[in-house]
Amino acid sequence: MSQRIPITVRVNGVTYQREVEPRLLLSDFIRHDLGLTGTHVGCEHGVCGACTILFDGQPVRSCLLFAVQADGHNILTIEGLAPDPDHLHPIQEAFHDAHALQCGFCTPGFVMTLKPFLEENPDPSDEEIREAISGNLCRCTGYDHIVDAVHLAADKMKEASS
Amino acid sequence: MSTRYIGKRMKRNEDPRLLTGRALFTDDVHLPGMLHVAFLRSDYAHGRIKGIDTSFAREIPGVVAIYTAEDLGDYWRPGPLLVPPPPVEGRVFHARTQVPLARDKVRHVGEPIVMVVAESRYIAEDAVEQIFVDIEPLPAVTDLEQALAPDAPLIHEDLDSNLAAHIIQQKGDYAEAVEKADVVIRRRFYYDHGVAAAMENRGIVAWWDGKAERLTMWDTTQAPVVIRNGIAAMLGLSESQVRVIAPFIGGAFGPKIMMFYPEEVLLPWAAMQLNRPLKWIEDRRENFMSTTHERDQIHWAEIALTKDGKILGVKDEFIHDSGAYDPYGLTVPINSQCTLLGSYDIPNYYSDMKVVFTNKMIVTPYRGAGRQHGVFVMERLLDLAARELGMDVTEIRRKNYIPPDKFPYNNEIIYQDFAPLVYDSGNYEPLLDKVLALIEYEKFIKEEQPKLRAEGRYVGIGVVSYVEGTGIGPYEGARVQVETTGKVNVATGVGTQGQGHFTSFVQVVAEHLGVDPKDIYLVTGDTDIFHWGTGTFASRGMVVAGNAINSAAERVKRKILQMASQELEAPVEDLVLEGGFVRDQRHPESFVALKDLAVKANPLRGAVKADAEPGLESTAYFGPERGATAFGTHAMIVEVDPETFDVKILRYVAGHDCGVMVNPLIVDGQVRGGVAQGIGNAFYEKIVYDDQGQLLTASFMDYLVPTSMEVPHIELVHTETPSPLNPLGVKGVGEAGAIPVAPLFVQAVENALAPLAELEITEAPISPNRLFELVQEARQKV
Repeated sequence: MSQRIPITVRVNGVTYQREVEPRLLLSDFIRHDLGLTGTHVGCEHGVCGACTILFDGQPVRSCLLFAVQADGHNILTIEGLAPDPDHLHPIQEAFHDAHALQCGFCTPGFVMTLKPFLEENPDPSDEEIREAISGNLCRCTGYDHIVDAVHLAADKMKEASS
Repeated sequence: MSTRYIGKRMKRNEDPRLLTGRALFTDDVHLPGMLHVAFLRSDYAHGRIKGIDTSFAREIPGVVAIYTAEDLGDYWRPGPLLVPPPPVEGRVFHARTQVPLARDKVRHVGEPIVMVVAESRYIAEDAVEQIFVDIEPLPAVTDLEQALAPDAPLIHEDLDSNLAAHIIQQKGDYAEAVEKADVVIRRRFYYDHGVAAAMENRGIVAWWDGKAERLTMWDTTQAPVVIRNGIAAMLGLSESQVRVIAPFIGGAFGPKIMMFYPEEVLLPWAAMQLNRPLKWIEDRRENFMSTTHERDQIHWAEIALTKDGKILGVKDEFIHDSGAYDPYGLTVPINSQCTLLGSYDIPNYYSDMKVVFTNKMIVTPYRGAGRQHGVFVMERLLDLAARELGMDVTEIRRKNYIPPDKFPYNNEIIYQDFAPLVYDSGNYEPLLDKVLALIEYEKFIKEEQPKLRAEGRYVGIGVVSYVEGTGIGPYEGARVQVETTGKVNVATGVGTQGQGHFTSFVQVVAEHLGVDPKDIYLVTGDTDIFHWGTGTFASRGMVVAGNAINSAAERVKRKILQMASQELEAPVEDLVLEGGFVRDQRHPESFVALKDLAVKANPLRGAVKADAEPGLESTAYFGPERGATAFGTHAMIVEVDPETFDVKILRYVAGHDCGVMVNPLIVDGQVRGGVAQGIGNAFYEKIVYDDQGQLLTASFMDYLVPTSMEVPHIELVHTETPSPLNPLGVKGVGEAGAIPVAPLFVQAVENALAPLAELEITEAPISPNRLFELVQEARQKV
């Protein structure tokens, strides 16, 4: 178990070179080795979606990958989403405006799931939104306010790009 | 009263931190030299421990320590009884509380037996795999009724039976009610409430700083002050040597107020033994096995009515499952016993509850905390009575509502706070009317349903009512201080788990002090900042802590006005607080900044009066004489697929009254989130143990938490009937939405399937499988 494998991973635009055990989960690598604790772990078996990150632009569950699998790949976590410390990403803004979070533990996973969804689908219907977030569990909100936030985020993103 | 901040739909102050990944949760705490903990837990529901062999595990590099019950020495002792039984005459109650690590015997699957400390969690789990525990299995007690059979195996062998408690409460004379009754209906009901399944599992970080001689503990608890006091006592430390921080918590819903979990007792002790910081983070499987549940009750209930549908009395005998231990006393079953009475004027009530030990995880409150069980029984009895009497389900409720002129209404029994169950205020019919109007009840029954039925569709409607006892004592406290920076800091002892305290509490302070909410800094759940309080439970944060904050802010305002009156040479009545200044309304050019007053209130020279508190600061406490009773009526339209028995919710209307709403946006979120959990409870979620006491639902693959596909859009209506029991006029709202969903769901499903079968659903949850079976049974009967 003490065997260590060198990896190079780009996370939020920063390149990290580390040596890791082959069995180290990507979620633990991000949270505990890199200290990016905004990615949360809710179930460790790929159901709740709280640990969702973008892996080369695609949403994936970081609890279902090993850190070594990220070697040579590009990762975005919730810490890297906002353009700068004083501004939020439109999805983050919309979640704030629509009260789409309560305890906030699942929220980073929802936000990361929604970024590529809204980029591909700038004008989604309620049904499409509900389907898009159906792999993320939220125990606090009942989802209604999240659906509202996604519509709002879609509007904000369209405004920003027009 | 016109308000500036109270009643506004303010966006939440805590959101930016949570949305950018900067909020600190327990698992985010990282300390130099930190070690990691894993537990070996019992695979057996019931058995004797014959031996534990840790020798192989100790050889693994990176393993630092391994502890069994024996290694704890005098520190090993059963946990405290948190809530004593209520003072009801003739009560029986046997306290048997959980232990830190099982010794001699295990009593439920998941009970911790060995604690491993290692350099990483990975190594700690490797070591757990290499520990061998020899357990002689004993027959398990899993069934509530069989738990009391004369030949049932004894879970606590020093007791004569598995009976944990027996309480009878009554009002009036039920026997007399039966004599006068035209109709008496009796049924057996089964109600099973699931688990909280907060998205964040439990976790603890404990750090003993040997140089400062202080213990710091980050804990996913709803009650940091109580944890601090308890841990200090157990470890022989002064309370001031222990700091407990409940940081951001990823949902709690009740089980995080269970005290003390074995891990909470063990981590700080071992951190002191090893002089290294320790972290334990529960995984999801452990959460299902070892975080408290709520689970089931069996009721035999009876209702006596006149032929025109007036309730004369209700009788109920029920059994409640406590699990292997009963540290939380009788809070859950007492809530069931009391909340059963609901929104109705019931002159005679007889309720007999028995609590039994079983070889399952401990039961403590989970959002609703037993209220659901009682509401299910009462609402079902009314539905059955309406059917028997040929009445509309809304009419029988309307007829029996407590009328507005009967408040305060005394139910003459004792509630979970040991105060008489007296409803403070209520006005039920206007809310029912609003709900019926929004869902277009008449139109649905008369026009839409017949039309859809003619098309072969199985659609149905349901309407139920409930009350929620909220905001019980004993007390909470708060400190409010205007700093010399002009900013205001506020501290309270309750922890926060997503309720929006950083916003709603701040609104209360801003209301009095006229300061921009962005300039108010709130700390909750850090015992070094505020060390009095009980915790966040029973929908009491806004009622109890909110009113303490209100009172502290009022006192600070009085201080400000007195000082400003001297400073501006103007009478207090002429002064207003606005934008961080006190201004003389008659002479707008005459004003003083709060920050300058704060400097003057804390002078470096001269004399402050002997009895005066320095600074613009005040601490206040609030303890209500009894809880405030919120209420609601929900309605639902469903469609059932006659092939698969899948149920689709077409419309959901939640009508709720929690008195004055400090932040209606947050109230909306609380009600909707509650309804979503209620939908899970009604249709999807069930903790399943087999007859050996093995837990079969220990992952999110087996225990189905509703997703965005199962929870529909929830339409809301509110009324505001203020509570006379606190200055803000508020009632709690946290649990409300979750309470009435199961009886509503089954009523609507029965209505939808009426053309197919005359169903009588007396249990919840109801899965599509179970619904199919019930329809088959009902059709065979015909």
